[in-house]
Amino acid sequence: MTLQRNLLIALGLAALVVAPAFIYPMLIVKLLCFAIFASAFNLMLGYTGLLSFGHAMFFGSAGYALGVTTKFLHWPPELGILAGIAVAALIGFVAGAVAIRRQGIYFAMITLAISQLIYFVAMQMEWTGRDDGFHGIPRGRLFGLIDLENDLALYGLVAVCFVLALLAIHRIVTSPFGLALTAIRENEPRAVSLGYDVERYKVLALTLSAALAGLAGSLKALALSYESLNDLHWALSGEVVMMCILGGLGTLGGPVAGAFFVILLQNFLADKVGEWLSVIIGVVFLSCILAFRKGLVGEIAAWMERSRKPIPGQESRR
Amino acid sequence: MTHILETVDLCKEFSGFRAVDTVSLKVREGEIHALIGPNGAGKTTVFNLLTKFLPASSGRILFGGQDITGMKPAPLARRGLVRSFQISATFPHLTVLENVRVALQRRLAPTFAFWLPGRVLTRLDGRAMDLLEQVDMQDFAAVKAADLPYGRKRSVEIATTLAMEPRVMLLDEPTQGMGHEDVERVTRLIKRVAAGRTILMVEHNMKVVAGICDRISVLQRGAILAEGSYAEVSADPRVLSAYMGSETQLEGAHG
Ligand SMILES: Nc1ncnc2c1ncn2[C@@H]1O[C@H](COP(=O)(O)OP(=O)(O)OP(=O)(O)O)[C@@H](O)[C@H]1O
Ligand SMILES: [Mg+2]
Repeated sequence: MTLQRNLLIALGLAALVVAPAFIYPMLIVKLLCFAIFASAFNLMLGYTGLLSFGHAMFFGSAGYALGVTTKFLHWPPELGILAGIAVAALIGFVAGAVAIRRQGIYFAMITLAISQLIYFVAMQMEWTGRDDGFHGIPRGRLFGLIDLENDLALYGLVAVCFVLALLAIHRIVTSPFGLALTAIRENEPRAVSLGYDVERYKVLALTLSAALAGLAGSLKALALSYESLNDLHWALSGEVVMMCILGGLGTLGGPVAGAFFVILLQNFLADKVGEWLSVIIGVVFLSCILAFRKGLVGEIAAWMERSRKPIPGQESRR
Repeated sequence: MTHILETVDLCKEFSGFRAVDTVSLKVREGEIHALIGPNGAGKTTVFNLLTKFLPASSGRILFGGQDITGMKPAPLARRGLVRSFQISATFPHLTVLENVRVALQRRLAPTFAFWLPGRVLTRLDGRAMDLLEQVDMQDFAAVKAADLPYGRKRSVEIATTLAMEPRVMLLDEPTQGMGHEDVERVTRLIKRVAAGRTILMVEHNMKVVAGICDRISVLQRGAILAEGSYAEVSADPRVLSAYMGSETQLEGAHG
């Protein structure tokens, strides 16, 4: 299993290096941004067991924060990205403090309400450019050295951030905090009875998830030199739920695969079917859910698990 | 003897229905105290009130002489009033060792450190194994809790609760649904871990109650019907008619 996993990781890294030679780099940048976003969301739904229906607020707010700091304050891109992460994390913390006492559908509704609030505020503000979008975000020079106007350089930055984000998520879910979170997800009343203040752990999980979603949103705004209200819209919050569930919750690779699948499908169909796009995506989503309950990656993992022979001696202990 | 846990006129209403009716319960330090009563008498609700999983409608709760009526469940657990649940409460996808470690971690290791590797928790493994040995589960350390037979899950729960070093353990029907052997094993286990602490347990099996409990409170329709030693309670005609009327249960108690 670990050998297979290492092989997969090596293949993935190799693919990241050679991909821009074959595929338009800006498409991969977009794929990677949404893969980070979906992975961040998975930290909530997959690992904490809470369905947030307002994750676009972190993605979009970070994009605007990066825009404001780099365009108006002339911050370098690395600080702009950090600003986006910080703003998203702050919103995540506040939203968490407000919503975390609620369970299930109520949590989803409150996060949706907060994200709608932010959407309408952004729509009222002059500086966001409203429906026209926030234009003219400079890509700038990374650390004053690397000119990000070069698409390949930008691709490099996004690819590195993508790898770091996945490493961060892996570390978070296997950390002492991640294990406490697992216990809470598995049996919340029991965790309470062992003295865990479960709400604090959930707020921290949402803050971390928001920060990573912020990283994704910042990178996307930087790459496109443009931020729009669509990135704050509830439809995007729904899309990220779909990516996660399609790919497989609670796995590291699932949301990545789900994001790639949804974005590629959208790209492929966009100029062919017009209005029908969301209907087709919806049907694909539904059939996938019915066919693969654990998501694409989840089903593959389960299949590999089944095909492994039980280790002799393991059974005799019971 | 002092009372470590005490309720004063405790009441709980569910939309007009009184599930717990002016219960004044006194649990003495160091004893095994049984709370018995027919199905739906309100035993689990009393546990939920004592551990603050439910707010009381009225009345007060004292733990170690301090009023805990307004406390939240998690801080109360940290003070040493730790409960188990009527339906088994393990972390199903964690191993037996990890189950116990979750409780140790909260007291002895970081729980918010999302930047540290999980292996920092391995320093708790020795202690966790000690606890598993106490409940005779050391051979199951690497098994997933979900894969254990029911009786063994109960043992994991007790080890996990012990990891909290509780002053008072509340056990809700620890032998429910178990076969003969498991009942005996868990009963012995409870007797053993009761050394140096107080236990309040809900129990339907009169043999267990007669065997290990120092005092018994009988709950009926939310109110306390009788209280005393097993001999006193089992001789009480009201109790006999309300709860222990069936011959089989009394037989079980002596047989
Ligand atoms: N959350 C709740 N809302 C409404 N009614 C409740 C609630 N919890 C318990 N009750 C009711 O209160 C009464 C007492 O229930 P409780 O679970 O405390 O009984 P019990 O003595 O533990 O019974 P058992 O032996 O079956 O476990 C029952 O009539 C039950 O239906
Ligand atoms: Mg009960």
